[in-house]
Amino acid sequence: MSITDLHWMTAHELADLLAAGDVSSVDIAEAVIARTEDVEPKLDAFLTRTDDRLRADAKASDERRRNGETRSRFDGVPIGYKDVFVTKGIQSTSGSRILEGFIPPYDATVVDRGTAAGLPLHGKLNMDEFAMGSSGENSGFKVTRNPWDLERVPGGSSSGPAAAVAAGVVPWAWGTDTGGSVRQPAALTGVVGVKPTYGRISRFGMIAFASSLDQAGPFTRSVKDAAALIEIVAGGDRNDSTCLPESAPDLLSGIDAGIDGMRIGLIKEVENAEGIAPGVRSRVDEAYARLEKLGATLEEVSLPSFEHGISAYYLVAPAECSANLARFDGVRYGLRVDADDIVSMMSKTRDAGFGDEVKRRIMLGTYALSAGYYDAYYGKAQKVRTLIMRDLERAYESVDVIASPTAPTTAFRLGEKTDDPLAMYLNDVFTVPYPLAGNGAVSVPCGTSADDGLPVGLQLAAAALDEPTLFRAAYAFEQDLAWAGTPESRPSI
Amino acid sequence: MPIDRNAVDHVARLARLDLSEDERSRMQVELSAILDHAERIQALELDDLEPTSHPVPLRNMMRPDEVTPSLSQQEALANAPSEEDGRFKVPRIIEDA
Repeated sequence: MSITDLHWMTAHELADLLAAGDVSSVDIAEAVIARTEDVEPKLDAFLTRTDDRLRADAKASDERRRNGETRSRFDGVPIGYKDVFVTKGIQSTSGSRILEGFIPPYDATVVDRGTAAGLPLHGKLNMDEFAMGSSGENSGFKVTRNPWDLERVPGGSSSGPAAAVAAGVVPWAWGTDTGGSVRQPAALTGVVGVKPTYGRISRFGMIAFASSLDQAGPFTRSVKDAAALIEIVAGGDRNDSTCLPESAPDLLSGIDAGIDGMRIGLIKEVENAEGIAPGVRSRVDEAYARLEKLGATLEEVSLPSFEHGISAYYLVAPAECSANLARFDGVRYGLRVDADDIVSMMSKTRDAGFGDEVKRRIMLGTYALSAGYYDAYYGKAQKVRTLIMRDLERAYESVDVIASPTAPTTAFRLGEKTDDPLAMYLNDVFTVPYPLAGNGAVSVPCGTSADDGLPVGLQLAAAALDEPTLFRAAYAFEQDLAWAGTPESRPSI
Repeated sequence: MPIDRNAVDHVARLARLDLSEDERSRMQVELSAILDHAERIQALELDDLEPTSHPVPLRNMMRPDEVTPSLSQQEALANAPSEEDGRFKVPRIIEDA
């Protein structure tokens, strides 16, 4: 492969080239910066570019390699971060005007462990404000475009990471998934996106949206890269008491064991659902057939509670967000709008600093938690959560993995759903049940829709902490489909 | 269940959001639509179920009670919109006696 293709390589390919001495980390950094210069004016994936830092990190990586002090196999492979992760000395906004100019005094654990593995930092990526949205259009700063069609959304809330990885701007990036914010944009841009089991990865330094649901997840152009990135950062963290103390899972060593005999469940209620676009339907049906051809057995599972996932999610997540976002009060950091008394100062600051969707969710959550409505809304939603967990536990008694489309449609047009919050929420119908249950799930590309030529994602989910099975299935599918890494998988932006 | 204007005003006050008139009108319509969708779970038989607040059973995490490095006062104040004498400065909270 010629040097001009460096920006399209996977992290594993780049690591091999670095190990062989065929390229330097500085070569890679210059290649991705050149690519970023080319496409960023059309893409708007970045909130903060850190080219100087990337060059310095790459130079330091090359020095380590020369001295035999390489920190990991991926030392020198650049990475991008959704702006929800705080980065020491680099503006971190979570996509909100209320945090414009905020310079964190420390690094998130995800960033810290990436640095410890020698990954040079390639910028802070755009997102829906405070990770609330399914299109990227709720960013307080700019709207990221889908590299497959610049008039369409890249999905959300991790709009920047998805667009950047899909467009060859960076080989991998970290996003966060609360109700689908990694898996849905991965599906809409044709890349791999993972929501690990809740607690796999530390939330320390991830600006909180809904603490019982938020989980960091990787965007990559190969299943193996996603497995490697999770291995780099997973494992207990004394700074996050909800992070499971289990050591990082070994995902790569058994990834190519195949899926002969694996039991894969198809959800009766999803397969019979209306509203799945024909082009998505046929790609996903082909994917099911491919899994069967690879030796898996397909079984129908019934998850009657799934249809209530959206209702439960849009009560639980806003309730938690209304509490988490109370910290933005104009006192310790971020925007302040001056007023004579403190309540007016806080209320004017928050009205000026938050965007429409964030205010809507704070209002919804405050209402659901307020006296007289708590039992009817928040309390009931928590019980529906129990119902979903039980349904899934029952399903996992008979199947190893559950498969479905990741999203009901391909990427929609900019502005198409901005006037109808509920229509936007319904886009998350297949992704929200798994975070409610804390389970891991992955979206893996299954080619493009015959309707519009836009990418389609297959979602695979497994029981809590069963990422090894999940990755085995995703890898087998990816390899047999042989789409990722081909020219067809690269949008011609 | 449609929510009325009084409820919007009450919740906006609780949430410390100084919403404009226009925002309040829109919020009333949009919140009603979302709550109307959520209303479907009211019909479910849930009495025998325990609520789930968190997907994994949590234990207390203990650590030795030792002094470790933390942010300096200067670092903690570095992003403050207003500070004075090493403290966060806010409008007057307590009235003169």
